Order: sequence, then C-alpha cells, then structure tokens
Amino acid sequence: MGISRRDFLKVSAGGGLLLASALSPWPAQAREPRARLPEAVGILYDATVCIGCKACMAACKEYNNLPPDLSTPDSIWDNPVDLSAKTYNIVKLYQNGTGQVKDREIDGYSFIRRFCMHCVDPACISACPVSALTKDPNTGAVVYNKDYCIGCRYCQVACPYNIPKFQWDQAFPQIKKCQLCSHRLARGDYPACCEFCPNGASIFGNVQDLRKEARRRLSLKVGTVAPYPLHRVDSREVRHRLVTPYQNYIYGEKDGGGTQVLMLAGVPFTKLGLPALPEESTASASETLMHTLYKGMIVPYVVLGGLFYLVYKNTTKQDLP
Amino acid sequence: MSEISEPVGGRIITKPFLVLAEIALVAGILVIYRYFFGLGAVTNLSDGYPWGIWITYDVLVGTALGCGGYAMALLVYVFNRWEYHPLMRSAVLTSVFGYTLAGIAIFLDIGRYWNGYRLFLPWSVNFNSVLVEVALCIAAYVMVLWIELAPTVLEGSAPPRSKEIRQRLERWLPVIVAVGILLPTMHQSSLGTLMIIAGHKLSPLWQTGLLPLLFLLSAITMGYAVTIFESIVSSLAFKRPFETPLIAGIGVIMAWIIGAYLVLRFGDLAVRGQLGLIFQDNLQSVMFILENLCFLAALLLMVNPATRTQIRWLFVGAIAMLLAGSLYRFNAFLIGYNPGPGWRYFPALPEIIITLGIVSVELMAYLYFVKKYPVLPKVEHS
Repeated sequence: MGISRRDFLKVSAGGGLLLASALSPWPAQAREPRARLPEAVGILYDATVCIGCKACMAACKEYNNLPPDLSTPDSIWDNPVDLSAKTYNIVKLYQNGTGQVKDREIDGYSFIRRFCMHCVDPACISACPVSALTKDPNTGAVVYNKDYCIGCRYCQVACPYNIPKFQWDQAFPQIKKCQLCSHRLARGDYPACCEFCPNGASIFGNVQDLRKEARRRLSLKVGTVAPYPLHRVDSREVRHRLVTPYQNYIYGEKDGGGTQVLMLAGVPFTKLGLPALPEESTASASETLMHTLYKGMIVPYVVLGGLFYLVYKNTTKQDLP
Repeated sequence: MSEISEPVGGRIITKPFLVLAEIALVAGILVIYRYFFGLGAVTNLSDGYPWGIWITYDVLVGTALGCGGYAMALLVYVFNRWEYHPLMRSAVLTSVFGYTLAGIAIFLDIGRYWNGYRLFLPWSVNFNSVLVEVALCIAAYVMVLWIELAPTVLEGSAPPRSKEIRQRLERWLPVIVAVGILLPTMHQSSLGTLMIIAGHKLSPLWQTGLLPLLFLLSAITMGYAVTIFESIVSSLAFKRPFETPLIAGIGVIMAWIIGAYLVLRFGDLAVRGQLGLIFQDNLQSVMFILENLCFLAALLLMVNPATRTQIRWLFVGAIAMLLAGSLYRFNAFLIGYNPGPGWRYFPALPEIIITLGIVSVELMAYLYFVKKYPVLPKVEHS
C-alpha cells in the first residue's frame, strides 16, 4: 500500500477525531435520581370520593378542544373505552363479584381516573430523541411540542402507564396527551378536571401540599366525618363526608421515581390497572446504562484509537500482494 | 484490493428480477397510500403496540443482516485474517443495502417525517435518548458503507479520474475501516438498550441490563451467518464453485461467539432468578424456547467439524443462526412486549407487503451490483 506513516497519522488523527466528535456530546455523569421540583403542581385523585359522574371527562374535552370519541357505530355522544388521541382523561370502573360495596376489593367496585401522571423523572422525556416532550421547569407538567416531534413513538414504548397516544388516522399525525392544562395554568387557572369535579375527588395543588393532604386522609378514622377540600387543596370550600377505608398507600409518591399525580383508593392499585413499579425510574436505568458506556465518549475514543492502530498495522503488514 | 474480483455478468432483467420488481411496485403504491391516509390505514399498529414489523424486521433484523461487512471487517482488519478478504466485498455490498433500506424504512415508519432533520440538529437533540445514539450512528454508518463500496464501483466503471479517486480513498482506508467497525459496535448494542426504558412492559425473559451486549453478540454472529449464507446462495445461483474451507472457518468463529452468548443469556436468567419463566407454557415461553433452540442448533452444527465442512449442514447452520437472531429481536421487541390487557398486534397485509417490497428492492440491487461490478471473487477456471 502506498501510504507513508506520516500520511497515515495525519489522516487518522484528523478524520478520526472529526467523526468521533460528531457523535460526542453525551453528558459525562452517571445518572442521579431526579428530585421533585419545589414548585411542582399536580392532582390528588381520591377514588373513594369519586362518584363516577365523568364531569372531569366532559370538562377535559371542552377545555382541550377534543372531539368526541365515538366507540360504537351508533353512538350519539362521547363514549371512549380507553385513552386515545381524542381522550386525555377517562374514568374507568373496577368490579368484582356481586359488586355491592363501593371501594371494596371483594364483591365491590371502584372508580379509577386515568390520565398522565406527570412523572418526576418521565420515561417519555428521556426517550424522546428530539426533545418534543419536556418538563415545565416550574410546574413540572410534561408538555408536548408538535413542531419538534418526528412521530417515532418511542415515548409510547417508554411510558409505563401507556399515556401518550398517536393519531393513527391522520396523514400529519401528532402525539396527544394530558398536559396538566398548561394553557390554563399559564393564565392563572388550574386544570379543568379539578375545577369541574363536583365532589372533591380530584383536587389541584402544590405537590407537597397534596402529599400532606393524602397523608391526612390516610390518618383519618374510618366512620368519622371529616372535611374534604373541593377543587383545590388550598380551597376554603370544603365538603364534610363519612371516611371510608383506604389502602394505606399513596400511589405516585415513589412509584417509578414518583409522579406529580397522586392517588388514593380503597382497592389495591394493581387491581385498578396501575402498574407495580420499582422506585428507580426506567429513565434513570436507561440513562445510567447509556452514560456508563458513553461517559464523555471516552470508551468510544479509546476503542476507535485501538481500532486505528490494529487496522493500520494489519493493512500495511499483510502478506498478500 | 489485492485479490481479483470480477462482475458475474449476464442479463439484469430476468424472471426473478421481474417478480421482485412487481412486489416492489405494489409496495410502492401502498407507501403512497400510507402518506395520504396515515399509518393506521396500512398497519395494525396501535397505541399499545406503537412499533411493529417495520421496526422489528426492517430496522432490527435488517441491520443485523447487514452486519456482514462489519463482522468480516472485524475478522480481516482487526484479527488480521486476510485469508477471508475475498469475502469482504460481497459482505460490504449486502451491508450497504441492508442499512440503506433500514434507513428508508425508518422514514416510512415515523409519523412526522418532515421534522426528521431535527435529529441532526445538535442543539435540539436529546442526548439522553437511546434512539438518538441509534439514529445518528446508523446514519453515519450508511455513509461509511457507501464509501467502503466506492472502490468496487470505481473499479467497475472506468471514467478517467476513477483511478485517482480510488487511490485517494485507499489512503483513507484505515480511518474508514476503523470508523466502520466502531459505529456498528455502538448502534447494534444500543438497539438492545432501546428496550431498557420499556421496563415492566418487556417480559423478564428479555428485559435485562445485558440487552446491549446480547444484541451486539448476536448481530456479529448474524453477520457471519449472512456471509456464509450469501456465499453458498451465490455459488448456487451463479453456478460458481463453493468456497467451502473458507466459510467453514467462519463457522468456527461463529461457534465461539454463540457459545459465549448462550452462557451469558442463561447465566443472566439464572442470576435474576427468572429461569422458571421458560417453562410457563405460554406464547412467550414457547417463543423463548424456539429462539434458543435455533441458537443451540447453530452452535452444534458449527462446532462439529463433520457438519461444518459439508456445504449442506453449513447452510442449515447459517440459517439456524439467522433465525435465532431474528427470533431474538422479534421476541425482545414484540412477543415479549406486553403493554397491558386488551392490546394485540399482528401485522396487516399491506404492512407485510411493504416489508416484502423493501426486501425485494434489496435483492434487486444486489443482483444488479454483482452482475455489473466486480464484487465476487474471480473464479479460477480449471
């Protein structure tokens, strides 16, 4: 081969560094678990208070300009069977046996609201290659920017709750999901589902306050009458109601790294369709693995250097003519 | 390079070529339909199964089948086994088409393709995303592969400046080859890392921190298997002598890697205490067993000198390995993936036809190139 050693060094040093730096800006640290934002806001949903009226669903449709989801051929009004690109929020029903007693696991029933949990460390954000999904630095709401989205749907694969939905029937599709009514938060309002919940099943507030409220409810004595705030955790408007048994668990406090939507219920959460998640978020697991392999691109650079050396040595010293 | 390759020659438009062209044409019409009426109109994808065979077959299996060039470059340039160099060109050729068409398949699959350029804007890209690593690496590698193929094309065509360009390219050869080995090492492992974030939705039979390593090892082995497969098929198709001792030697290397892979695979399941899931008698356990039986079959056929040196068994062994790696990828992305009750996925007919169309284009391009350009080693006529 007609290359001198100097040529080789010039070429390999220049070309190698150039190509490798094109792929290099991975952050250098292994991944710490994400902490809750101090100003983060969220929703506390209490299934024992929910009466299944679906006012939150109607309000969500109206204030997010969503079309009705007609799930049966002759339906004349909105009747979604699950979350979809047309439905950000749904009230589902758990039923067992005779279904007689509300919020009881055996021979009972329970309502359960499903919508975006607004994770502390969202898998969808870690997965999104083009930062179309981001976490609002103040409210912590997980929001979507269609102008960045490439429609790869990795967020759907990543989300442990299957929240992001895709417009399969559109030529120019978008990802659709609850954004904690960020457009309403921006003008000082709060999420429509909480504003229109008549019973105080969904209340809006700072996540720290919501956690305190959830703990208060868990410490209430069953059978006594206690005040439950309506619409907002800091609301003066309260409703007095009979305390019914709770599962002693705040879903979302730690699950999957924690969420800004917290839930209370009388029936175990796995029965209500919420996954049992480890405390480490999958985003953290994935990023730790990636950052270990690509920490400062040191390993790839070293490997590339080694490859240059071997390939160069072997191409110049080969026995073949 | 040093030894002589020659074009196979013969007519380009043959009967098989026309059949492939027809499939590609139908697929092309369906692709147009997809761009007008959305992904739901041609696929069975859903919010539960957002990724289907276009990702699993076209991208995952497609690029793994395209690992021939990578696996052979590793052997020849890094481990200095120049006796295998005659197989290099055809291996690079299949890699070029495997990867290029996987790249095209991604643009069929992504919903908002007009924003695709954003993947290449450093200030808007999310470097925490595994998909970014995969996308950038594959895009870079497609370019490297075309550069690696360039000497073949330049040798085949004879414009006045082609020799000069070739010589300049050859000066850069160590750089191109080294980068061409680094990039697939990075993205073939990252393709496995993609599923880490799916967490509990992927069965513990496949969900493990070893996903990147298992994907990498199986991709390299599939690269060798595809080289053996292709050597035998082109010998049969173009009535050329078999390259038996050469490809049997590759079989030995395959056996070592499959052995290491299986030790890691089952060791990992044992350490995580998930071996019990193998015997659950559901679809996932059946597919797991099938997947690993294919690995085992490939291992046994390649380890045994008696089977390895017979073209017939070498061929079966290569196919077993290709099946094993493909099943592993289908299982880790579709069969083992369970988004929750009520979701199901089986590809729609148009979805399958589009994939077949992509395979057809790949085969047509391969046929065209080996007939027109010096890809396959020159046959010594006795």
